[in-house]
Amino acid sequence: MRFEDEPVPGYPLPILPGHTSPGRLERVLRAGLFAVTTELDPPDSADPEEVYKRARVFDGCVDAINATDGSGANCHMSSMAVCALLTHRGYAPVMQISCRDKNRIAIQGDILGGAAMGVCNILCLTGDGVQAGDHPQALPVFDLDCMSLLETARTLRDEHRFLSGRKITSAPRVLLGAAENPFTHPIEWRAQRLAKKVAAGAQFIQTQWCYDVPVLRAFMQHVEDQGLLDKVFILVGVGPLRSAKSAEWIRSHVPGVHIPDEVVRRLAGAADPAAEGRRLCIEIIQEVRTIKGVHGVHVMAFRQEHTVAEIIERSGVLDGRVPWYPGRDPQTTTSRMAS
Amino acid sequence: MYAVRQWSVRHARGLNAFYRGFESVLVALDPLFRRVGYQRLERPVARVEKSIKGFLFDCRMCGQCILSSTGMSCPMNCPKNLRNGPCGGVRANGHCEVRPEMKCVWVEAFSGGGRIPGGLEALRTVQPAVDRRLQGSSSWLRVVRQRVGEPS
Repeated sequence: MRFEDEPVPGYPLPILPGHTSPGRLERVLRAGLFAVTTELDPPDSADPEEVYKRARVFDGCVDAINATDGSGANCHMSSMAVCALLTHRGYAPVMQISCRDKNRIAIQGDILGGAAMGVCNILCLTGDGVQAGDHPQALPVFDLDCMSLLETARTLRDEHRFLSGRKITSAPRVLLGAAENPFTHPIEWRAQRLAKKVAAGAQFIQTQWCYDVPVLRAFMQHVEDQGLLDKVFILVGVGPLRSAKSAEWIRSHVPGVHIPDEVVRRLAGAADPAAEGRRLCIEIIQEVRTIKGVHGVHVMAFRQEHTVAEIIERSGVLDGRVPWYPGRDPQTTTSRMAS
Repeated sequence: MYAVRQWSVRHARGLNAFYRGFESVLVALDPLFRRVGYQRLERPVARVEKSIKGFLFDCRMCGQCILSSTGMSCPMNCPKNLRNGPCGGVRANGHCEVRPEMKCVWVEAFSGGGRIPGGLEALRTVQPAVDRRLQGSSSWLRVVRQRVGEPS
């Protein structure tokens, strides 16, 4: 789709009344469309083409691409750099900021820098503990937590000042997001925790992988009971499982991921487990789409990124709309290159 | 000590009530504290506070105690120092992602919060970022000065 007031796709849009960012993701969400976001696995490389190659597989099927910030506490190209590269070509990244590696001085600098490069969406995360990654000997920083990070970003944006109180001259115009895991302990308090994140400034939420729709439904009911449905856009995390073995591995090794036994059984009994995993993912997308308050999906297809286009296509959630990507409209892209 | 810390959460109601009384006593002692000088009291009081709260809650002396807002479960025992609720990595048995042998500090906080009048409501408060300069200083003396309306 193309917005009417979009002279050059890929450039920041005019900020509409009630919007906080010039980004395409906020436009899509506030227009009531079903949004699709995904995650780019950042390269262990200094080659920018690696990033573009990984972004291109999502062309035409996603509204925004998350640039992860050392996810799983593993070292990769930084979120900031991936965003710089992506915005340069007009992609709409979601800049993830984790509290694990940076203190409040570095983080606030990154928020300003990210916005200056054209980042319109920021996802505020606590981050995985260092023990989970490839550098367990590292110093875990955790100067802020996701909640105070949200408040910090909101203070920069809405009050035009640093946490210290010092004024900034131009505020970052960003849509603020956070993560939530409706599938782990303490389940009965997860919606309340979401309420707290919304109070701290979260405007959209991307959830942990959903393989158990009834649990999500119960969570969404709690969210509604908290009166949050019109205050936050919830994007449900989904992803294809490759086999029963990998499902088994994920649920026993990745804390916070809940995969019911019947899912593992279904994969184990399938002739082509990978295809069955994609089918299951499509079914979950179609099912969560009908839940009140769900505004989109966040597809996390780690090491299976090439399957995202097919999954989204077959799920039919885009209703024929083609999110912008570099090269979709040949003429306007040329003008961007020329400028 | 882990076992004592768990005991404290189970007895959050009583401890919270005791704490409130204790706080009033401390506030009443303000004139005395003033005469001696808060500065001079800082080190000995911090030492006493550390041994008592260290024993009961595994207190880390962050200097800005929010125990009564966290069901008497000290959030600084969270390996990620989360002061605003659990992360998404809590294990299926309610234990910590980083330290699997320990129950999640926030699972404990919700159980302790349920025992304190208004405790669950207090858990909704968004806690600001920690002031790292206060590490090791007495939270008790700070509370007294705040209560009597002096800048801490």
